[in-house]
Formats: sequence, C-alpha cells, structure tokens
Amino acid sequence: MLETLLPILIITALALAVIGAWRRIRLWRQGRPSAVPLFKGLAALPRRYLVDLHHVVGRDKVISNTHVATAGGFVAAAVLMILVHGLGLGSSERMGPVLGGLLLLASATMFVGSLFVAKRRRNPPARLSRGPWMRLPKSLMAFSLSVFLITLPTVGVLPQDAGSWVLALILSAVLVWGLGEMVFGMTWGGPMKHAFAGALHLAFHRRAERFSTKHGGGGRSTGLKALDLDDERAPLGVEKPADFTWNQLLGFDACVQCGRCEAVCPAFAAGQPLNPKKLIQDMVVGLAGGSDAKYAGSPHPSQGLGGKPVGEHHGGPHGPIVAREGTALVDAETLWACTTCRACVEECPMMIEHVDAIVDMRRFLTLERGETPNKAPEVLDNLIATDNPGGFAPGSRMNWAADLNLPLIADLQQVDVLLWLGDGAFDMRNQRTLRALVKVLRAAEVDFAVLGNEERDSGDVARRLGDEATFQSLAKRNIATLAKYRFQQIVTCDPHSFHVLGNEYGELGGPGAPARYDVRHHSTYIAELYDAGRLAFSPWKGGRVTYHDPCYLGRYNGEYEAPRRVLEALGIPLNEMERSGFRSRCCGGGGGAPITDIPGERRIPDMRMNDVKETGAELVAVGCPQCTAMLEGVVDKTAEVRDIAELVADAIVMPSARPRRGERCSPGSRTEEVVS
Amino acid sequence: MRPEQQGIEMAVLVSVGRHPITGRARRADQDARGLELALCLEGRLPGSRIGLLHAGPRSEESEAALRGYLGMAADAGTGLNTLTLLEQPEGSDAIPALADHLSAAMPQLVITGTRAELGEGSGLLPYALAERLGWPLVNGLAAVEKVENGVATLLQALPRGQRRRLQVRLPAIICVDAAAPAARQSAFGPARRGELEATPGAAELDHELAGWQVAPARKRPKRLKIIRAASARDRFKAAAAKAEGGSGQVLEGVSSEQGAEAIFTLLHEEGVLRS
Ligand code: SF4
Ligand code: SF4
Repeated sequence: MLETLLPILIITALALAVIGAWRRIRLWRQGRPSAVPLFKGLAALPRRYLVDLHHVVGRDKVISNTHVATAGGFVAAAVLMILVHGLGLGSSERMGPVLGGLLLLASATMFVGSLFVAKRRRNPPARLSRGPWMRLPKSLMAFSLSVFLITLPTVGVLPQDAGSWVLALILSAVLVWGLGEMVFGMTWGGPMKHAFAGALHLAFHRRAERFSTKHGGGGRSTGLKALDLDDERAPLGVEKPADFTWNQLLGFDACVQCGRCEAVCPAFAAGQPLNPKKLIQDMVVGLAGGSDAKYAGSPHPSQGLGGKPVGEHHGGPHGPIVAREGTALVDAETLWACTTCRACVEECPMMIEHVDAIVDMRRFLTLERGETPNKAPEVLDNLIATDNPGGFAPGSRMNWAADLNLPLIADLQQVDVLLWLGDGAFDMRNQRTLRALVKVLRAAEVDFAVLGNEERDSGDVARRLGDEATFQSLAKRNIATLAKYRFQQIVTCDPHSFHVLGNEYGELGGPGAPARYDVRHHSTYIAELYDAGRLAFSPWKGGRVTYHDPCYLGRYNGEYEAPRRVLEALGIPLNEMERSGFRSRCCGGGGGAPITDIPGERRIPDMRMNDVKETGAELVAVGCPQCTAMLEGVVDKTAEVRDIAELVADAIVMPSARPRRGERCSPGSRTEEVVS
Repeated sequence: MRPEQQGIEMAVLVSVGRHPITGRARRADQDARGLELALCLEGRLPGSRIGLLHAGPRSEESEAALRGYLGMAADAGTGLNTLTLLEQPEGSDAIPALADHLSAAMPQLVITGTRAELGEGSGLLPYALAERLGWPLVNGLAAVEKVENGVATLLQALPRGQRRRLQVRLPAIICVDAAAPAARQSAFGPARRGELEATPGAAELDHELAGWQVAPARKRPKRLKIIRAASARDRFKAAAAKAEGGSGQVLEGVSSEQGAEAIFTLLHEEGVLRS
C-alpha cells in the first residue's frame, strides 16, 4: 500500500510547496524593483552558504554542528526521498539498495541533529522565539523517523509487507506531518520558511559585496544606497513595507527568530524600545498583512511595562509603518533607538541588514514628515546653516590649533597625508586627541596638512538621522573641496568620517571628482609608521588597560588589528573585555542616538563602562571621538578614557634633533616642489 | 469642538531670514514661529485655511529659504502646499504690495514675525500694514486661545513670563517674537514639492531705503547689571528680580513736545545721543 501512497504524498507536498513558493515570491515582489544578477547570485549561493553563513553560525559550535546534521541530513534525505519513493527508483534492482542506504543514512543524521534541536528547545534562552518554533524539533523527528522507517523495506532490512496496514497508516500520518512542516510549511510560512527564503536571500542579497570571494574576505560597504534627490518623483525613504526593495523584503522573511541580534543589541539591553528581532518580524507582519499577535519572542522593551504588549500593532504591505497617530507596525521611537552599531548585522546568521532598513524608514520620517525627535531638528538645521552639528561659526574650526602652525593644504596644494579633523575640532576633549595626533605626525616627520576652515562635517550624523538631503549637500561640497588638492591618503581619528569618506562618498562622486579616497584611521596609520621604524616609544609604566573597539572602525571597516598592534608596540598588555573585536558593545554614541535620546532603563555607555570595570582596567583605550565623549560622560567611572593617539603621544621618544620637515617648511618651498 | 468655533482664513507673512553666524538664507525664526502658530490654530479649528505670503524678488537663494516654510506643512490635510510670492524688483517697498494683496484677499488673521532678519529689520512693517488696512495689531503674541464669532482671544507675552489676555475683533494683525512656541521641523520632501505662485506685486521703489547705507548688524551692547551679592541666593534673586525702574518717570497727559523733550533728555543722559 505504501508504494502507491508514498509517491502521491510526496508529489502532493511538492506541488503545494510550489504553489506556496509562488505566492511567497509574489509577496516579496510587492517591493520596489532592485536589479540583482540572478544567475550569478544563484551560482554564488553555495559559497555564500558554506563559507559566509557558516562563518557566523560556526561561532557557536554546538548549534553549528546541529544545523549541519539537521539541514544537511534534510536536504539529502529530501532529494533521495523524491528519487526513491517519489519516482520509485527504490525498487530498481541495482540502484535501490544504494540509494535506499544513503537515504537511511541521511534521515538518521537528520534525526540525530533533531535530537540536539530538541535538547536546545528544552530550556530555550530568552532570545529564542517560542510559538510554532517549539514544535519544530518534533516535526524534524517526525520527518526523519518516518522517512527512515519507510525506507527500511526498500533496502531489504524488513520484508516489503512487514507490519500491518495499521502500522503503515500510522507511519504515513507521521510522514504527512513531517512533509507538512518540512515541505509545505517551507513556503507557506512555517518555521521552515527560513530555509527557502534564506537561500534566496543569500543569492539575491542587497549588499553582495559583503560576502567573501575566492580572492579574499568580504568587502566593506555602506548598506545605505544614496537617494535620487534630483528626481522629484523618486520616493524619499520607506513609508510602507512595499517601499522596501523586494530583496529587502525577502531578507526579512528569512529571519529564523534565533534572537542573536536581540542578545547583542545595546538598545535592547538598555531597555530602550527596540528589539531588532521583533523589528524584523514586524516587517514580516507588514509584508503579509495582519497583526503581531502571533509573535512569540521578547517584545520591544518599554519602560515599566516589561515590554510593549504584542497584538496592538498591525499593518499591511501598503499601509504606513509608523502611524501619524495611534499605532501601526512599529512606533517611531523603536526606529530612533538604534545606534547603527551593526552588532545585529554581524551576528545574524541569515545575513539580514537591520541597520539599512532602519535608516530607510528614518529617511521617510525625516524627509517627508519632518519628525526627527528631540534635539535632532536643531542639529540638522545647524548642519545646514553652519556645516557642523554644534552650530559653531565655521571660521572657528581651527581655533584649537591656533598655536600649532598647522600647514593648510590650500597653501601646499599637495601633500602625502591629508589630516581630516572631523567635528571633534569643536570639542574640547577631542581637541586633546587632535593635538596628540599632530604631535605624533610631526615626530614621525609625516608630510601632512589640514583643510582647515574648508572642512565640513562629513555628513555622517545627518545620514543616520535620515536626512539624506543634508548628507548629500555636505558630501558634494566636501568632494568638490577635496578634488582641488592632491594627497596620497586621508588620515582621521574619527571612524565615522573614515567610514563616510571611504565607503559612502564614492557613490556621489562626479566625472570631475571621482570621490574614491584611500582613507585610514589614525591607529592604522600609526601602526604603519611604527612598522616603518618612524616612531619610537618609551616603555609603558601605567596600570591595566583594555581597548574598546569603535563600531565604525571594527564592524563597519574590519579594523581590529591596528589599534591592538599600536598598543602592543607601546608595550601595553591588553586585558580584553568579554565583548571585544567584532562582538564589541557599542558606546551608545552612533547613529545620532545621543541626539534623538530615546529613553530607556539604563544608559548604554554605563553598561559599556561596566564591561571595562569587569576587566579590572584602570584605563580604557579608545579610537573615536564619540566613544571618548560617551565613556567620559559616565558618572563614577572606574577607568580613565584615553585615545590611542594620546597614549602614543605620551610615550613618544622624539627623534634626535634633525630638522623636521612638514612642521616649519614655508609654503613657498612646498609650492616649488609641486611645480617641479 | 464647540460649534461657534469655525475655521478662519489666515495669512502668514514670511520673509527670507539670515543665519546669525553664517549669514546664509533660511526661514526667519520669528516668521516660522508665526507659521507654527497658524498651523496649530488650524489643527484646532478645522476648516481653517492658511495662506503663505512673501513680497520680494525671486532668486535661487530666497526660493530655498521660502521653501523652508512649505516644508513645515508636512502633515497631511493642511492643504498648505503653495506660497504666494508677490514678485518685486530688488529694493522695492514690500508694504504697498502686501497691503494691496491683503485688502483684496481679506483674511481674518494676519500673522507675522516682529522683525525681519534681513534688510531694514526695523519691525515697522506690521504697524505700517495695520495703519494702511485700519486693522488692530497685537504684538508679542504667545498664543491664540480661541476664535469665536469673529473675536479672537489672545495671550500676549510680557517680560519675565507674564501673560496678558486680550480680546480683539477680527480682522487683525498679530506679530510673534521669541515668546511664541518654536517652529516645527521643515521637511525636505514637502518643501521641494510645494509651489511658489508668483504674481507681480506693486513695484514701488523704496526711496528712503535707496538712500541708506547697509552694513551687517552687530550685537547691541548690553547694559551691565552690576550685582553685589554675597550668596548664591542673593545672586539668584538679583537675576530673577524685575528691572528696577528707579529713575524712570511716567508721562501722562503731556503734549507731544514735552514728550519728545523728555525722550531727548533721556537719550542724552544715556549717551545714545551726543552733541
Ligand atoms: S534577524 Fe537574524 S539574528 Fe535576528 S532573529 Fe532573525 S535571523 Fe536571528
Ligand atoms: S544596529 Fe545596534 S542598536 Fe541598532 S538594532 Fe542593531 S544591534 Fe541594535
């Protein structure tokens, strides 16, 4: 009886899955068009899955092995099952036992994997969603076990007519359950949806450059795409779920609700109303239409309530995401709580890009509704009127360096290094860092200059606050200024400027000004100077030190080594925090978060300072003006906050009194060099 | 919403502002507060309509600044997506053009900032308009409480946070200054989409202005308040205290010559006039 029943069951499940897939694809295609190379993407899929995805999943060995066994077993079992039971190859004399044997092996592997899945679900950590996910291990077992059992007769371990028809019927029922979850549910919205959507998401990812290639590691890029501001009809940001591009929607749909993003999100930990996992699920709700009542994970935090109750938010693909009044899919404060630290993006096994989606939605709120919260409108107005967020007179940008005689690139026209100061030039704390950096550059006899008052804010904050118009205005003027001069590289002590100049200006360059720069963080540059033997340090005599990785240097630009290299050169032994490197916890200063200032139960910098305290460090080395400001702002902090440049400047042993180039050379002599 | 509170017709006069530090054109702070007041009022009195009005030359810079006002009307339903530009050649007098337009359009409430950030900035424009149109004027407005049966109840801001409630029959002109609520954010999208409806305005050359020399305004010197206080409490009291009008005098029922004489003497004493 099974011989007739099995092909029918399998073919039915497959047919239903195809229909479901078509419906799901239609849901995604509600999004805006986005050109992706279809075949190239599909061809890259195996590598992206096996290398990049497993690079992330592999951080947790148990889960990684579980997933390899379960998913690998499932894929193999599914294919073999179609061959053996669906197409009846199992009864062929020669192929039968071989294929059947392999199928037994695959389903057994899957069964072992599902045991581990079940074990994890026994006492699941808070970050995991419950609901339908709790039945997944049972479904996995139902599938693998029933496939195993129905295959036994095929290989002749059991006689074809073993057991009664009652047994066969029970077995088929279990198989129907398994098939239902694994095949039907994959495209109709069950937990297994992640496999279908996830695979396609990997193939058609919006930021394909993040994946490694045979030639090397993943590329650095901004996920933010420049808005077309010249076309008046081009939409400004994302108002409705259907305003996302189709592959963004596909990406949201791939979420496995593993909650890794939730576990690392600083805003969530601070009790601010943002849970990145929930946010992605909100988008899935919007994509299909409905309310979030079925969501079974941790909600967006809310003060005093222990979390925003689910079931109150609802929406559809063509309805607003943020309501003008009342509630829609998400509340605006959820979007504004994000520090754009990319911790979630770094941890997400499905390679979902939360930050870009958040900024897309912010763009609409800022550019169309004029609803940037708190001090943000003032900051944006300042940027428009004075080119710096503080509203300082642009002509006072160099006041801090009045006594330093900094060479201006306008006088020299050409230098090796253009020192980009950033808006830290207006901040008294950061001015100390800048002075230290100048001292280092001079000690190493670097040929450098600054833009001086010609420099403007890089546009970082404006862009993260969703004000793409102000960002592009600042960026284009900066690009035009930079195009006037010749330099080998830009060095900056501000990772935000670093990221924006290096990764975001490129898209905005024109034919006359390509806007591709070789930008370096000062720690990278100092490490290079040291390696080239141009700096010498006196030995470190201080106490315990730890290092805080800035998000925009580390996760955004992959620079974890250079700062540590510099500290090592200084003779400083590092006491790493538990969350360091790519897992570094944000200081709370990015993404305009200190400006929009969404209330939470704790402050992010306080939590970070606690991490510092746990290492017993008396000093925390930093490499970012924002981090410096945030960490220094912690009340009763246990450690001193010093920028790497300051530590280097303190330890520097001045080279013997050689005449120092770059410091006191007159503009005249430099101009001659340019002419020759 | 009480039935007698009907929607009203408002005209907001807006000018091209100038940023105090960089001098870049922008929406003028006080005018933007005026528009904020109008937008809030419109929210409370459904059926109200706001007309945005500017008289002056059209240039790229001024257009960008004027669009800043349109960007404030991002909320759906305001229907505020045009600004009427009474186009005038450079150096024209705005008052006749505005007065002509207002007496034809007959709004019930004209809202304007107290003083322009650019040009003469004498703060006389609202008064000159009120004189021409024969409408009452209230300055230093903090809020419009209600408009009922053609009478508006207003709160006027006085020094040190005091408020005076006034009733005024419409049509009227009201001017706002820094005491009015701050203007909302201007959004890029609506600002860009909004329309500038240009009509030629009366082109009367401002002869007096033509004869003037214009220089960037400087901060006025502030009179130093000398506080001799021993404790923080005294200092706080001194800072919060009303200005002592010790040497002042109230002139009542005097002839204009006597009044002028008194002012003249005072200006001499203060060293404003030297002879
Ligand atoms: S967004 Fe990514 S990290 Fe977060 S729950 Fe979904 S799959 Fe996991
Ligand atoms: S970028 Fe950082 S703050 Fe924003 S959602 Fe992700 S983890 Fe949370």
